[in-house]
Order: sequence, then C-alpha cells, then structure tokens
Amino acid sequence: MLKIRLIAFAFIALGIFLGGYIYQSQDTQPFKLGLDLSGGSYLVYRADISDIDESEVSDSMDALRDTIERRINAFGIAEPNVNTEKHSLGVDGSEQRLVVELPGVTDLDDAVELIGQTPLLEFKSEASPEEQNRIDEELQELISTLSVEEGELVSTQDVDINAIMALESQRYVSSPLTGKYLEKAQLQFSQAGVQFGGSLQSQPIIALSFDREGAQLFEELTRDNVGKTIAILLDGIVVSAPVVNQSISGGQAIIEGAFTIDEAKETVGRLNSGALPIPIELISTNTIGPTLGQDAVNAGVFAGVLGLILVGIVLILWYRLPGLIAVIALGIYTTIMLWMFKSIPITLTSAGITGFIISIGIAVDANILIFERMKEELKKGASSYAAVELGFKRAWASIRDANISSIISAVFLFWFGTALIKGFALTFGLGILISMFTAVTITRFLLLSLAKKKGKSSKFMRFLYHSGFNK
Amino acid sequence: MVLTNSHMFITKYRKWFISFSAVLVLIGGIVIGAIGLDYGIEFTGGSVLEVSYEQKPEIDIVKTSLSEAGFENVLVQPFGDDGYVVKTQTISEEDRKALVSSMNIAGSEMSIERYNSIGPSVGRELRTKSLYALIAVSLGIILFVAYAFRKVTYPISSWKYGIVAVIALLHDIIIPIGILTLLGTEVDTLYVVGLLSILGLSVNDTIVVFDRIRESLSDNKEKNKKESFTKTVGNAIGQTITRSIFTSLTLLVVLLALYFRGPAATQTLSLVLLLGTLVGTYSSIFLASPLLTMLVGKKKKELK
Repeated sequence: MLKIRLIAFAFIALGIFLGGYIYQSQDTQPFKLGLDLSGGSYLVYRADISDIDESEVSDSMDALRDTIERRINAFGIAEPNVNTEKHSLGVDGSEQRLVVELPGVTDLDDAVELIGQTPLLEFKSEASPEEQNRIDEELQELISTLSVEEGELVSTQDVDINAIMALESQRYVSSPLTGKYLEKAQLQFSQAGVQFGGSLQSQPIIALSFDREGAQLFEELTRDNVGKTIAILLDGIVVSAPVVNQSISGGQAIIEGAFTIDEAKETVGRLNSGALPIPIELISTNTIGPTLGQDAVNAGVFAGVLGLILVGIVLILWYRLPGLIAVIALGIYTTIMLWMFKSIPITLTSAGITGFIISIGIAVDANILIFERMKEELKKGASSYAAVELGFKRAWASIRDANISSIISAVFLFWFGTALIKGFALTFGLGILISMFTAVTITRFLLLSLAKKKGKSSKFMRFLYHSGFNK
Repeated sequence: MVLTNSHMFITKYRKWFISFSAVLVLIGGIVIGAIGLDYGIEFTGGSVLEVSYEQKPEIDIVKTSLSEAGFENVLVQPFGDDGYVVKTQTISEEDRKALVSSMNIAGSEMSIERYNSIGPSVGRELRTKSLYALIAVSLGIILFVAYAFRKVTYPISSWKYGIVAVIALLHDIIIPIGILTLLGTEVDTLYVVGLLSILGLSVNDTIVVFDRIRESLSDNKEKNKKESFTKTVGNAIGQTITRSIFTSLTLLVVLLALYFRGPAATQTLSLVLLLGTLVGTYSSIFLASPLLTMLVGKKKKELK
C-alpha cells in the first residue's frame, strides 16, 4: 500500500515538475508553431524535370534544395524549411516539388523574390592592407569580449556570427566580373596528379570559360592582382580563393578548391544551368499575416483551457472522487503531451492542436469507461480497492481495442495525408498512446492509493466512489 | 441509471431505428448529390486574398477597383469587422501583385492577412489523397475489428462486426456532410481533418459497445447460459449507454468552447466535429448494435 502511494505521489510530482519546466522554458525553448500560427510564407514550386535524365532527377532535386536553402540562409531567416517532395497521386505521371517554408516572412513579394533570384557567381579582389588591418582589429575586439580560454569551444549563442561573417566578407571587394559573363563551366581533372595509394589520383577542378567581355575583365583583374588572392563567390559564399601567379588572358579561369568529385560536379551543374539546376515554377503559395496567427493561438489556448475546465467540472460533479482523480490524471497527461511537443519537437499547427484536443476527449473516455465498470463492481458489493482493480481489468479490453482502431486511423492518415493531415495524425496518434498510459496507469495508482483494501467501504467512501446525482 | 432498464426498446424497435438512419443517410446523399460540395480553393485550385483595413471601404468601391484592374470574375465577401476576402481562379505572380494593388484603396491603410494560391494539380492531389486516406482507414478498421473479434464467431462471424463498424462510420460521415452542405459550409482542409476525426471517434464508440457484446458472449459460454443474441446486444447497449452519453457530453463541452470562443480558422472544424460526435454517439447506440442483430440468421436468433 505504501508502495502504491509512493508511485501515485511520484506521478503527481512528475506532473508538477513537467508543468513547471514547460512554463519556465517558454522563453528559452518555446513551442514550435507552424506557419498557420506563427505567420509566414509557404511556397510550393514544381520542378521541370522533362529535360533531365531519370537517373539524375534525385541528384538534381537535392542540388536544387541546397541552392535554395543556401540562398535563404544568406538572408538570415530563422528556421527555414526546404524540402523536396515527389508526388504521384492525383497528378499526371509524377511531379517533383520543392516546398519552401519561411516563418516570419509575411510579405509574399519578399519571399518570391528571395527564391526567384538567379544564383550569383562573383569574383572579388583583396581589400587594401589598411582595410585588412582594420578588419583584423575589429575582429580582435569582437572576440575579446568573450571570456574564453584558448582552444575552448565556443557556443554559437555567445558569438555574434553574423558580425564576424560581415567583417570577414569585407576582406574582399567586388570586381565587375560576375556570372553574367560566364559562357560555360566544365568539370576537369588537374593534370598534375597526386600520388595516392600507388595510383595517380587527379584532383577535380572547375574550368570556367568567359565570353569576350568577361575575358577582358578577367585579364584586367588578374593583372592587377598578381601575387594576391582572388575570391570566387557562389551565392555570396567564398568557394575558392586562389593566388594569382600571372595575368591571364583568353578568358579561361579555373576554380581549384578542396572539393570532391561530386561537389565539383554539382557546382558545374549549377553554374551551367544559369540559375538553378532545374527550372522551377511557383504553383502554390500561402501567406499568413502575423496577427492572424497570433489571434488563432490566443483563441485556441483560451478555448482549450475553457474546454478543459468545463470537462473537469462535469467529471467532478458526476464521478466525485474518481472524477477529481481523472482531472488530476488529465492534467498530468496534458503536461506530458506539452513536454513532448517541446522536446521532440513537434511543430504545432491548428490541425495538430485539434488532434491533441480530440485525444483529450479519448483520454476522458478511457476514464469514464473505467469508472462505469468500477461502479458496477461496487454495486455487487466489492470493496473500493477491489472495485478499482476489477474496474480497470474489465475496461481494459474496450480501451485497448477502441484505441488501437484509432491508432490505425492515425497511421493511415499519416501515411496518405498531406502535410496538414500529417500534423493532425501525429498529435492524435501520439495523444492516444500517451492517454492509454495515463488513463490506465496514473488514474489507477491514484485511485488505489486512496481506496480501502478490506471489508465493506464506509458510507462516506461509497459516496465518494459513487456517481451521479440520484444516489 | 434510469436508462439501463429501458434499453430493450432499441433492439425491439430496431427496424424503426435502422430505417430512420437509412432515410437520413439517403436524404444526406441526395442533398450532397443535388447541391454538391462547395470545394474550397485547396481542392479546386485558385487564390484567396484576405485583407484588413484601418477604415473599411464600401464593398462597391472594392468591386469597382477590382474590375478596373481587370479582375471581372472574382468573388468579394466581407471578412470579420474590418476586412474583405477575395477569391479568384489561379493567378500568376504578376496578377497577384495587380490584385493586391487594386485592393489598396486610397485613404485607408491596408494589410494582407492571408494569401493562399493553390495550383490545380495540388488541389487534385489533395482530393485524391483524402479519398485514399478514407478508403485505407475503412479497410484497416474492417481488418482490425475482424481480428480483434476473431474468437467471437457465434452467432455471427467476426467479419460482420467490422462491416457493421464501417457502415456506422459511413453513416456518421454522410449525415454530417449532408447537414454541412445544407448550411453551405465550404470544404477546406480542416473540414477534411474534421471528417477524419469523426472516423476515429465513430469507430471508437462502436467498438466499446461491441466489446461489451463480446464479453457477454464469452461469459455466457463459460456459464453455459443460453441467451438470445438480441438480448445480449440489448444488455450491452444498456451497460454502455451511460458511458456513451457521458463521453460525447464531455466532447461536446470542449467543442462548444472551441466553436464559440476558439479561433475563427477552426470554427468549421468544430462544427464538423460537433455534428460528427452527435451522429456518432447516436449510431453506436441506435444503429450499429441493432444492425448486428439483423445480421443474425432467423434460425440462430430464435435459439433460446
């Protein structure tokens, strides 16, 4: 009996602890809200793969995703989500899509432009020595504000990465030569191979050919920078910064970087297709303004809390002590679910929250099933302890089968559903799994810890364990 | 409870209850067929623009401004207290900009609350996927119920429990859809999510009653007690009716809170679920179990 009471106490402690944690961590680790609740843009592109060999489709799609992702990251949007999807249901043949989620970007013009820009190939020359010194000093200043020992790892939260990046990018100044003058890019292998495991291993290099105007610009650029480095930037990021040995005419440049054959191949592909590896076409957009999402969250939380309080009142009025315990178990259930939403983390959308609310309904149902059975046993004259045990035992088959069928629904919905339906199926399915545990285990231990083991229960106990207004 | 003793009328007058449900389903089907579902742009493809104004202009001004910009075939409706919602066919990026700027009526600050544009192929796909999901869930449920009741083969085979569960499920979906169609509710994704939740709840409800029948049947077998199947079913309904009513009552409480005080976006969803819960509870008591007794052959039924 002591053991049961200890376990019951532990469950309540767990609930309080989780509740406290969820409340405390709201600043550092808030719930992950979907675009429909947080506001943002959701763009769906169809990739035109008609000109691409079937075997290269998935590589091209990955390259497409990486390009877009890099571009979005360069704009500093928090937690963007870029995915490729293959669709074969309800469309002719199959369709390759690129889905871009941009939280917080509520201006569609910005979002579309962000993606629509062609990738940038840039050549930059070194800034003046004075400038380099200034950058060094500023960098030193920035880093000195940190109190860390040498060699210690620094968390990205402590350092202003953007400031450092901004400074670093000033080391090079723009030149007129850009990807606009690029005629074509080619994958080659350096003739001077390196000895590797007994065989000659050649290094992949990217050969760029410029048009006439570009050739001239390149010649000027190299002539002015002999002995210095020239940075080659793709989408704003330095991919290679070779030292110029002599002035180069003829419009042929080579990017020699520490890349693998695959990386080199990908880069060549990206450069040659001009903009993106695959032409894309915007087929769906969804933008939710910031106030709309916030209103939905506020109203949803209010309705959810109101609903829970009303259910609690109904349960306590009708089922008395077991009702009160069901309310406590539901409270623990809610904290476990919220904790899981945070720690997994699960992105909450309005559909997902609905799934959660329905799962609360099913959790209540499990309790009601148990209490009805308990009541029957009490009527037969069982002690309150035995009634609790028997009630659980008898209700278990119903709870199990009913919940398994709901879980089957959730699995199929998750399997076939679109993103929105998936969100619903996930919280619904997870909710049922957890509610089976809380209804059966937590409610049971709480009830047992209060029940009387032997003999007929006192009148008061019988009143507490009974239900309804009639008796 | 008062209800426990008066439940036998359900199996006694089962023909009436089953006919009543059949008529409702039929009417629902006719309503759906005649009026047709009002698919939202998520399913058909198209664009929706929702804007709000500091000072809401008259609807005629908005319409004039739109037609001047060349948007003839658009639907403009007031939205909330201070905004309008505009629905068009799928439009290009340039048209979207034109649409937004034509909604920007001089003298009133405008902000875009929501813009949603769905290509026709995306819409088609969503429709197909929803249908597939519905079929897959139904098949999954028949198989599971048949498996869960595999030891119960007398007096009716376990398959029939699954089939009855699915009939109840269709009933629970068609009637709410019929009512919603009469109300002119637009079918959007959350509407579909609502229907899918009804699936889960409907089966949940039905299985609880079936489980009670299963338990009584095996109890009777152990005690070698002869009881007509109709009586067993009637008892099972009586034993679970309090629970059925209570569970749906608690759900209704939550849903009513969600409907009246919840976000505007989920209002349709709460309505779908409200109707589904009511019809689902009704069918688990008045349709599914009586149907089971109907499926028993005459001879077996008379066996006492």
